[in-house]
Amino acid sequence: MDAAASTATKDTLITTTVTAPAAAAASSEARRGREPSSSRRRRLDRSQSRIGTVFVSGYVLLLLAFGVFPTLYAVFLSFTKDGSFAGLDNFIKVFNDYRFLPAVAHVAIYLVFYLASLLIFVVLLALLVHGLGRRWLSSSYRFVYYIPGALAGASSVMLWLFLLDPSVSPVAFLLRALGFDTFVQTVSIDNLPIIFTVIAFWTGAGGWIVIMYGALNNISGDVLEAARIDGAGPVKTALHIQIPLMRKWISYMAIMSLAAGTQLFVEPRVLSQASKGVVPPDYSINQLAYLFAFRQGDFNGSAAISLLLLLVAGALSAVFVFRGGLFERD
Amino acid sequence: MASQHRRSRLALRTIALAAGMAAVAALSACSSGSGGGGGSDYGFNAVEQDANAPLTVWVDSSREPIAKAFQAANPDLTVNIETYDGSAGGSDSFKTKVALFDQSGSGWPDVVFSTQQNDTSWASKSNNGAEPFAAVLNQGLLSDDFLDGFTDGALTPMTVDDKVYGVRNDLAPVVYWYNDTLMKEFGYEVPTTWEEYVALSDKVAAEHPGYILGSVGDSFQGPYIYYWGAEAPVFQTEGDTFTSDFSDPNSEKVTEMLDHMIENGTLVNDSVFGADFVTKYSDKVLGMPGPAWYAGALFQNPDSLNSPAGTIGAAAPLSWEGEDKVTGNVGGGVWYGSSHSANLEGVAKFLEFVTSSDDAVKLTSGLPAYQSAADTWLTDQASSGFFVGDFKSAISTAASSVWDGWGFPSFSPETAYASVVIPGIAAGKTMADLAPDLQKEYLNQAQVQGYTVK
Repeated sequence: MDAAASTATKDTLITTTVTAPAAAAASSEARRGREPSSSRRRRLDRSQSRIGTVFVSGYVLLLLAFGVFPTLYAVFLSFTKDGSFAGLDNFIKVFNDYRFLPAVAHVAIYLVFYLASLLIFVVLLALLVHGLGRRWLSSSYRFVYYIPGALAGASSVMLWLFLLDPSVSPVAFLLRALGFDTFVQTVSIDNLPIIFTVIAFWTGAGGWIVIMYGALNNISGDVLEAARIDGAGPVKTALHIQIPLMRKWISYMAIMSLAAGTQLFVEPRVLSQASKGVVPPDYSINQLAYLFAFRQGDFNGSAAISLLLLLVAGALSAVFVFRGGLFERD
Repeated sequence: MASQHRRSRLALRTIALAAGMAAVAALSACSSGSGGGGGSDYGFNAVEQDANAPLTVWVDSSREPIAKAFQAANPDLTVNIETYDGSAGGSDSFKTKVALFDQSGSGWPDVVFSTQQNDTSWASKSNNGAEPFAAVLNQGLLSDDFLDGFTDGALTPMTVDDKVYGVRNDLAPVVYWYNDTLMKEFGYEVPTTWEEYVALSDKVAAEHPGYILGSVGDSFQGPYIYYWGAEAPVFQTEGDTFTSDFSDPNSEKVTEMLDHMIENGTLVNDSVFGADFVTKYSDKVLGMPGPAWYAGALFQNPDSLNSPAGTIGAAAPLSWEGEDKVTGNVGGGVWYGSSHSANLEGVAKFLEFVTSSDDAVKLTSGLPAYQSAADTWLTDQASSGFFVGDFKSAISTAASSVWDGWGFPSFSPETAYASVVIPGIAAGKTMADLAPDLQKEYLNQAQVQGYTVK
């Protein structure tokens, strides 16, 4: 496995490296017609579970400190006001806020664009790169795709600020051809879902392409060979063999991207500051939660928004988990 | 033996846990209490005072030199200077961090500089149970003698119910800037009223197209220069009531004026801070109403218009014919002392130094709010020979005639203007088309901030 794939497909690798030796051992035992001694297996299980505990303990502690406890605190805040139980008051207030529904609509439209483009183009590009015969060409492509992912959210927005401003952009001719003569026209509110999709795709897709490539590598050569013998071309192989077998990874990508997408914050906030407010500071749901907490001093309302966001993102993720069979064992 | 050992370990752990919890309880009791034994000699509950307590000061990068000058002049005081983005127009860092300190009950800085005048409306109120952040300054902390030294009206934005919550660093009244050389060359008179300004725009459009009389491409110009300066009641507060009247005769006249001048091309939709503005208009600005700080930010700035010495003049602000001679205002920083400070004497000393000392005059880039400092600064500026005409008198007149009908609620009119009007004009709409949306946005914002909207 080459360097680029080994860095990015860590999750794939964990699965393959952990399961492969065990599977190999089991099959070799089966071939020899011998049962492994139960005490050996218990020893192995115990030491594996010990090391497993060590590996996950740090993560669990951090998850509790920065994930679970803050969530519980948010639940507490969202149902209280000045320390006493307030029922659904905070939620009603949030629903009635004139900025709430537009913010939900903005994020929903953005998610449709972003997830659709991610699901279609990432899978397509991964299949194309995987199909390349020359090894050096395939790894070069993966490397090139991966580079933009090295830029963090805020810095990539900074870069896009230049690209989107016709007075300094190297692709100004393109912007002007689309009818955008000034930065203000380019970042008008109707264009934002597309702009954020382009930014997010540009920074995030490369990593996912490499992961999908890893998933494609996991598909047994025998299966592909059989398909080829049965007369399936590249398109049929992709549609009937490769994509169904990548289902788990595609739904994993969808869940992770959905979680990141619903929390849209950095991009509109940087763009809002850079455009001196032309991009409104209450564009996304998370921005609205931020305004509730820090401009209005209403931590309870802010917690209510966060909880609503969590519920919606959780419900949508559940759809992907069950439809994608993410937790099914092979 | 082993079980005894385990029991003693358990006992030790229990004691340690109990001690830890007691310590946490004690600490939280210390930090949440605002009484603390300092008494209320200043009109608020001060914490216990310590003349040697270090002062933590938050400044933007432009105010760092004056804070350092204070540090040098007071070697006996420990001053921790922290720079933050206090000068960025849309920044909420100050409010955000104070909200978090209010929640945690500790961590407040002693002095903060902010360019946002609407900070007073939240900093003077108790948030989430903590003492209001801004210390009352006129009930014992600063002397009346000192406070009386500020230019008339300078402390109005920071005064709530006769309590002064901050001292103004600089003033930013709107004057009428003009290019003397070009005006003479074209044979035009400097306008003194809004009516003359509009008439001049028609002449310029017909006789010298391409020359401009101002910009509406930044979010501060529409609200602060035109609507405020022309006495339009679109952003007013009275107690907890907020009103915005775009159908008032003055408001309608401003809307009409802006549309007329955008139409004839003398008002442009480019930001005065954009790269484009310098390229397109550095020698095309015939005149424009603007704040006092345009002097350093645009005309004398090598990275901006960089006007040659002796070409630019400041004239008295424009007003409607036959009506009060008032003007608008664009900013002017404010220094806040913290009511949570353990060294309020140090805070008072700092506030006096940064507003009225000789260093304050030397290190300021704008018109000082303290009258004596302002006089010295204006004399220095006038004698530098950069500006033509009676620079000192124009700025002084403007400084004392800012219209006091404009409101200072806890939100800024710039946000709504930026997101509604600027893209709207860029898309070809008129101010008259956009005024209802702008008004609606103002009223909505006021309502979510807790104001009664009328």
